[in-house]
Amino acid sequence: MRLEIERRATRSSLYAALSPFIALALTVVAGGIMFAALGKDPFSALYSFFIAPLTSAWSLNQLAIKSAPLILIAVGLSVCFSSRNWNIGAEGQFIAGALMGSILPVMAPDWTSPLLLPIILVLGMVGGALYAAIPAILKAEFNANEILSSLMLVYVAQLFLDWTVRGPWRDPQGFNFPQTIQFSDSATLPPIYAGGAAHWGFVFALVAAVVTWFMLRRTLKGFEIRVLGESSRAGRFAGFSSRRMVYFSFLFSGALAGLAGICEVSGAINQLQPVISPGYGFTAIIVAFLGRLNPLSIVVAGLVLGLTYLGGEAAQITIGLSEKVARVFQGFLLFFVLGCDTLILYRIRLVSSRRASGEEAAQ
Amino acid sequence: MASSSSTGDAALLSTEGLTKSFGSFKACDGIDLSIAGGEIHALLGENGAGKSTLVKMLFGVLEPSAGAIRWRGDPVAIRSPAAARRTGIGMVFQHFSLFEALTVAENIALSLDDAVPIERIAKEAARLSREYGLPLDPNAHVADLSVGERQRIEIVRTLLQKPELIILDEPTSVLTPQEADRLFETLEQLRGEGRAILYISHRLEEVRRICDRATVLRHGKVTGACDPRRETVGSLAGMMVGGEVEGIADSGLSPGEAVLVETRALSVPAQTPFSISLEDVTLAVRSGEILAIAGVAGNGQSELFDVLSGETLVADAAAVRIDGRDAGRLSISARRLLGAGFVPEERNGHGAVGSLALSQNVMLSRHASDSRAYLAGGPVRMLKEGSVRETARRIVAAMDVRKSGEDPQASSLSGGNLQKFIVGRELDRKPRVLVVNQPTWGVDAGAAARIRQALIERAREGAAVLVISQDLDEIFEIATRIAVISGGRLSKAEPSATMTRERIGRLMGGIQGVDEGTELADAS
Repeated sequence: MRLEIERRATRSSLYAALSPFIALALTVVAGGIMFAALGKDPFSALYSFFIAPLTSAWSLNQLAIKSAPLILIAVGLSVCFSSRNWNIGAEGQFIAGALMGSILPVMAPDWTSPLLLPIILVLGMVGGALYAAIPAILKAEFNANEILSSLMLVYVAQLFLDWTVRGPWRDPQGFNFPQTIQFSDSATLPPIYAGGAAHWGFVFALVAAVVTWFMLRRTLKGFEIRVLGESSRAGRFAGFSSRRMVYFSFLFSGALAGLAGICEVSGAINQLQPVISPGYGFTAIIVAFLGRLNPLSIVVAGLVLGLTYLGGEAAQITIGLSEKVARVFQGFLLFFVLGCDTLILYRIRLVSSRRASGEEAAQ
Repeated sequence: MASSSSTGDAALLSTEGLTKSFGSFKACDGIDLSIAGGEIHALLGENGAGKSTLVKMLFGVLEPSAGAIRWRGDPVAIRSPAAARRTGIGMVFQHFSLFEALTVAENIALSLDDAVPIERIAKEAARLSREYGLPLDPNAHVADLSVGERQRIEIVRTLLQKPELIILDEPTSVLTPQEADRLFETLEQLRGEGRAILYISHRLEEVRRICDRATVLRHGKVTGACDPRRETVGSLAGMMVGGEVEGIADSGLSPGEAVLVETRALSVPAQTPFSISLEDVTLAVRSGEILAIAGVAGNGQSELFDVLSGETLVADAAAVRIDGRDAGRLSISARRLLGAGFVPEERNGHGAVGSLALSQNVMLSRHASDSRAYLAGGPVRMLKEGSVRETARRIVAAMDVRKSGEDPQASSLSGGNLQKFIVGRELDRKPRVLVVNQPTWGVDAGAAARIRQALIERAREGAAVLVISQDLDEIFEIATRIAVISGGRLSKAEPSATMTRERIGRLMGGIQGVDEGTELADAS
């Protein structure tokens, strides 16, 4: 008796649709086992983790806040990953965007203008794009592995942010806390509706998803991205340049990560702190793959992963577990998604060796 | 090697109703085959006819879904290649699995199931290679060896296992005519010892020359068994594709005056450690003619193609000229806009992307030249999928591409049908210059005839056609003039009417090294 993995003649569209849901179900089961092992009632723990956050207007607003950066970053990454450029450093580009976008609110706090907010957002995108340009140049010009360089630059950005808020940008009236001054009202990204907590970042995320979807599916640029992702040789035959695609994909995803960073700072935190992200840039990698690099599915995937952050906070408050539980859930989810995707191209068969030898005996 | 225990007429290996299904698709469907000791048995069939699947079952790579394999009359289950070797079946694969950094003897040692000291292997290999006329130095590094020599390693490594049945998959596709002749002598010697050889080939001339019996497969079923020496190439091809293959109409091309594509003293250094540098390549193709470049694989053909297509740019813009314009620095898209079309050797991942639909593969080479028809929305450059699909339909109809579904993934087409599509994609543009690398490589006889006919028609309509090919039959069938590439150098093109196979063989052995070439020719 053995398991055999057999390639399907064509990719299964049934499993392409089902696989994320199977993965989600398996994640819930595995999570339940984990809660039980920790001595909690798995059902009530799962309820407070996944369901409770969806039951109030406040927490739905929180969900929008948490998923906006995930969606924005993952949409950018979908362009990178579709063209086989492995930008793992979105977390760093997120921070770089937040820093660059904070230049005006921190250094010229008294300047107010209706143009201020747009300028801040654009600066955030430029900051993220410039920071992503470093691994892009290293890859395109020196053939350096972008996975390593983009990942290492995350730590550089994190430490640079830490130094900035403890040093030159520390709030003089802040009782020596490592943080900048609060953003002025005209530098603050407003809520989507009056009285709500969710800022416009969520709307930007939806717009970015739709526009990127259109680009990937309906334009020559998207075709170029797909061809280069499948085969750089075929891309060269088509007259597309993989070198230019390195720049395009890194700058594009860097700009969206930077926009996510400045939206988070300007819309939610309202100042710079030593840590401004609970790992959005890394979680967005899971979001991108859970959404199978399709920007519209990424919106859904971003909401699911945003929920794990909320659930983590809830787990801490109501059942007394570390918020690191959220990371464990994200790990489960990525693991099961990648595992279940095998079903799209392969079928798993149980082969009974007894039956096979029986056939031989019969002959 | 006197372990031949042929049992005369009794079959050494036979199969009864051997079937392999992948899902609902039967790659092999009830195959009855019998191979006797002391015969060279040909296995013929188009691409996708089930030859590889059958052979994989015989060699233990795939498990049959139904049916039986008998060895000397007794049913056997061959569960792995190691089991196949123990039974007495050896196989020489079309694609070699050799480590370039290791020596010949070390490579052989790696393939043996038991640990044997290297010195003993080296001695044994040297002895075998002497006995069978396969000159081979066991201490040479594989990286330094020619393709023909590498194949000898595979053959010697198979012979070491003392097999009674040897399976050869397309063995001559990489050899010069002289090297192939030498291989045939070895095969005849093995036959004389009473061993059986299962010989898979596309080359019908060869099969007629050396094989005693032939089994023809089509769509996974046996459609014919014959004595190939009593058949003609046409009748063998007919069995393979079902119905007689349409002969090529006499080319009767009359070249015009205008030179549409040329290179002038083109020299390009090797781009990677594994590629060939081009040296002083000068060629010119006029309107209405087909220039064929013969040569053994790996002598600079793909490098020359890349330079002509613009995938490799050259420093001197005037070294490559298309339609009277300096093109050496122009991108492939710019060259297409000058009216050139290109068909590379490799279908998957170069000329086409397997995971994309056929219509999207039309865009691959035509998004720039047909931008007015395929793109809309100005700078947004939206794809007009309707008109792209329309083109795909036109190509499918013009080239008789067999496919399943309206717009299937390119990877679902068989090699021959995908090649027809890729050639048709360029012909549909009516290019004034057409550069094709290995137009019918690994393509079945019917598709090959269709493609060759189409190339001739294009030349007749006034295009300059440059064909790079290893297939001499094909070259003599279509070319107006023939040149030979060897070691990155190109011989002077000569009219095909005065060119002979012997002369091509000599030129393949080295453009300058005429002495060496004569020697080879004498030996054969």
